[in-house]
Amino acid sequence: MQHKLLLSLSLAALLIAAPAFASPDTAPVQATVDGSAASTTAPADAPKDAAATEDNAMTKTDGDAQEMSAPEGHEAAAADDGGHHGPAIPQEEWSWEGPFGVFDRPQLQRGFQVYKQVCAACHGLSRVYFRNLSALGYNEAEIKSIAAETQVTDGPNDDGDMFERPGRPSDHFRSPFANDQAARAANGGALPPDLSLIVRARGDGTNYLHAILVGYEAAPEGFALNQNMHYNKYFPGHQIAMPQPLMEGSVTYEDGTTASIDQMSRDVTAFLTWASEPNMEKRKQVGLKVMLFMLVFAGLMYATKRKVWKDVH
Amino acid sequence: MTDHSLPDNPARRDFLYLTTGAVAAVGAGVTGWSFIDTMNPAADTLALATTEVNISSMQAGQSVVVTWQGKPVFIRRRTPDEIKAAQDVPVSELRDPQTDAQRVQAGKEEWLVVVGICTHLGCVPLGAKPNEPKGEYGGWFCPCHGSVYDTAGRIRKGPAPTNLTVPPYAFSSDTVIKIG
Amino acid sequence: MAHGPREPFDNKIVEWVDSRLPIFTMIQKEYGVFPTPKNFNYFWNFGALAMVMLVTMIASGVILAMHYTPNAAMAFNSVERITRDVNYGWLLRYLHMNGASMFFIAVYIHIFRGMYYGSYKQPRELLWIFGIIIFLLMMATAFMGYTLPWSQMSGWGATVITSLFSAIPVVGKALVTWLWGGFSVDNPTLNRFFALHYLLPFIICAVVFLHVWALHVVGSNNPTGIDPKGPQDTLPFNPYYTIKDMFGLSIFLIVYAFLIFYAPTLLTHQDHFVPFNPMVTPAHIVPEWYFLPFYAILRSITFDFTLYLIVAGVAGGILIYNFCWRKTPCEKTKPFIPALLAVTVLFGIPAMLLAFFKDVEALKGVIAMIPLANIHLIEAKLGGVLAMFGSILLLAVLPWLDRHPVRSGRYRPWYRWTLIGFVVSAVILGYIGSQPAEQPFITIGQLATLYYFGWLLVIVPWLSHNEPVAKLPNSIHEAVLADSVKGGKK
Repeated sequence: MQHKLLLSLSLAALLIAAPAFASPDTAPVQATVDGSAASTTAPADAPKDAAATEDNAMTKTDGDAQEMSAPEGHEAAAADDGGHHGPAIPQEEWSWEGPFGVFDRPQLQRGFQVYKQVCAACHGLSRVYFRNLSALGYNEAEIKSIAAETQVTDGPNDDGDMFERPGRPSDHFRSPFANDQAARAANGGALPPDLSLIVRARGDGTNYLHAILVGYEAAPEGFALNQNMHYNKYFPGHQIAMPQPLMEGSVTYEDGTTASIDQMSRDVTAFLTWASEPNMEKRKQVGLKVMLFMLVFAGLMYATKRKVWKDVH
Repeated sequence: MTDHSLPDNPARRDFLYLTTGAVAAVGAGVTGWSFIDTMNPAADTLALATTEVNISSMQAGQSVVVTWQGKPVFIRRRTPDEIKAAQDVPVSELRDPQTDAQRVQAGKEEWLVVVGICTHLGCVPLGAKPNEPKGEYGGWFCPCHGSVYDTAGRIRKGPAPTNLTVPPYAFSSDTVIKIG
Repeated sequence: MAHGPREPFDNKIVEWVDSRLPIFTMIQKEYGVFPTPKNFNYFWNFGALAMVMLVTMIASGVILAMHYTPNAAMAFNSVERITRDVNYGWLLRYLHMNGASMFFIAVYIHIFRGMYYGSYKQPRELLWIFGIIIFLLMMATAFMGYTLPWSQMSGWGATVITSLFSAIPVVGKALVTWLWGGFSVDNPTLNRFFALHYLLPFIICAVVFLHVWALHVVGSNNPTGIDPKGPQDTLPFNPYYTIKDMFGLSIFLIVYAFLIFYAPTLLTHQDHFVPFNPMVTPAHIVPEWYFLPFYAILRSITFDFTLYLIVAGVAGGILIYNFCWRKTPCEKTKPFIPALLAVTVLFGIPAMLLAFFKDVEALKGVIAMIPLANIHLIEAKLGGVLAMFGSILLLAVLPWLDRHPVRSGRYRPWYRWTLIGFVVSAVILGYIGSQPAEQPFITIGQLATLYYFGWLLVIVPWLSHNEPVAKLPNSIHEAVLADSVKGGKK
């Protein structure tokens, strides 16, 4: 966990002046769905004001979680996982972690296959372009044929009509729905969010995504599950509108890897992590050079400074 | 600005100064370059640097205008008469001497592909659509300053100095032209 | 600016220019040979570092503006395009977003240094005020920059902060509508914020110029706070401080580069990667870390300023003026002191009960008996806004709150320890600002706020007259010698 180490080093450096940036790791408060937490967690003799505030906070979370079938879908609810109300997310190991971590190309391709055959039914990926797939190890011809599987609305032509044409590498992934309203209508009121930035848009996004995908299980005894909702042990509030997307063997991997739920989840998580920041590997490569350069430069500066100041005092 | 009051080994200090200065200059240069490079065409722009055109439905005598790198490109399927007219012109008469063969691809003489920008001052010449004037040489006519191009896109009359530019292109197949 | 006799330069071109506009003479005088106290420690790097960050932010910002689209429908995607498609666009974006943090780090340390070593004191009061103006302009610029990506945090941050102005009586609502250019934060708001975000840094540059000009008139302070008495106390700025600043910069840049390349989103919030949705508020609206202490002060005022609080405050204020701000109480006030004390206590008790103990079950009966409890002159919302702006503006008058004859905290242990307490209270406030408005955070935040204002308004004025004046070294040179003797013994 070199990354963690470096992270804490930088934190230590920043602490000199900036000890107070938002800390996402507060003690998690377990929010139960029915809002009873508000009354049970507030001690009877606590100031009424506090209880009231807490009550509001709780209602808000629960509202988000429960209203999945109504206004804003799981996007709103999941955005609220600043670590404060959500269940603890297990920390996994990923190939791209740390300053030298890189993606595993075959894994990205498998993840892309999972996205295409499972997620794409409901979720868009509109900030990713087919041309970007070259980073997954596909060649030009493969990218062209992948792009051509999509129908793209273009136009208007000389007659003033819009027309459909096969996708090109310069096109971006199309959303399965024409607009948010259509997406809601087709999903019982919940809005499946676009996945291009999903890993960055969630706290501890990579681990969170994997946890959600493998976190489906039967609701515990006595858990009041709302209609059209599904129990997920890692989702804040445990009620998620998305039905379990991955089943054993949901896809048949071209490279023969066994498509277990865990495997597919890891693969698609890798793919979506890449999609959130396609330049990550480049960033780290440039970063290594810059850091080495800066260390040499600082050393030289130190020597020069010593030299210049030698005879003062 | 060296301070001569410092009694020291000047060679060592100069060497250190030079090295430090050089390293700083390299750092500044690389940083500067990354800033400047941001102004070059971005990946999405470069992705549109080539255009593929399906020409299977074009009849002889017909033209289409396609967009390539933000510019109009004229593709004309020339009639045998037009090809002959273009080939018969004595090259010595031309302002920008080029044979017809230099402007089309061997075996694909029917197809003329030129960038639709007048070489005079950058207007778009008329002649690609059926209802537009083609000029007295049957090619294109630029309404801005009256340049006239022939059926090989060569300048024949008017102020333009050179022929219409032929963009890099290749036949991906018999029915698809890839420009750029 | 530079008048008087001019030394000719050897280089013909330089001499030609300089004899017409003595710019090289000025550089030589103000930067080259500028006499600078020889005992600066590394705290003195941070002014130069802040300057480097200002230039970095302007340079990266101008290039980002070439790719950014200030339109509500396109802003988010244009920022993503910069990150994904523009050559080195990701680098530029991370430079800019983390650059804001590094800029604030440099400036906070710079301000702390000024407070610790008494750099705000006579004759540097105006220099200090320019600094506070720069700080305010930076906050405005950073806030508007925060809205430009048009993410959930942008839109809602803009909504919350602009809504602060609705607390202003009478004109508040109209003012907010005017700020927005509409009835909610929308495209017109984004457009003007972009224009102002581009403009303000250049105004900052102008104030920085005044700040540096004022510095060069009065000269730099130094860790001893003793004015240089002659050439043995100073060094020419170049090469000594040029190289020292450069070395400090190289270390500062390592931290900066680490953030950019290995933790680019460490200091930002995940909701910055969700496009703005005016229909859904994220559960936690958290400003960037550098605003958190002020955000916490804003939220600490949870109570209305009742009649009791105002009366107790005025009476208490007169007492504080007499016993803390003045050496001895004013003769005219003296006879009224018992009465003032009585008023403070008599009104203070119900004021405290109403402000902080309204929800305590056991006191409900007592509080219900307080008459006129509902009359208040300032609502909690306005009180919070006033406290937040007051917490910054009070810093500007620090030179007049602190009248102690000794400058440097090095020779003022009482001041030093209470100042460290002040920094700790600011740090605690920063932490509270990042937490939800729940107990126990509210009470902790209120206590930290109390110390923040108490230090500025009570402790510092009181120390002015009551902290013993230590014996100072005769000169910087002597202090440096004493230090090196001490160091040699070790």
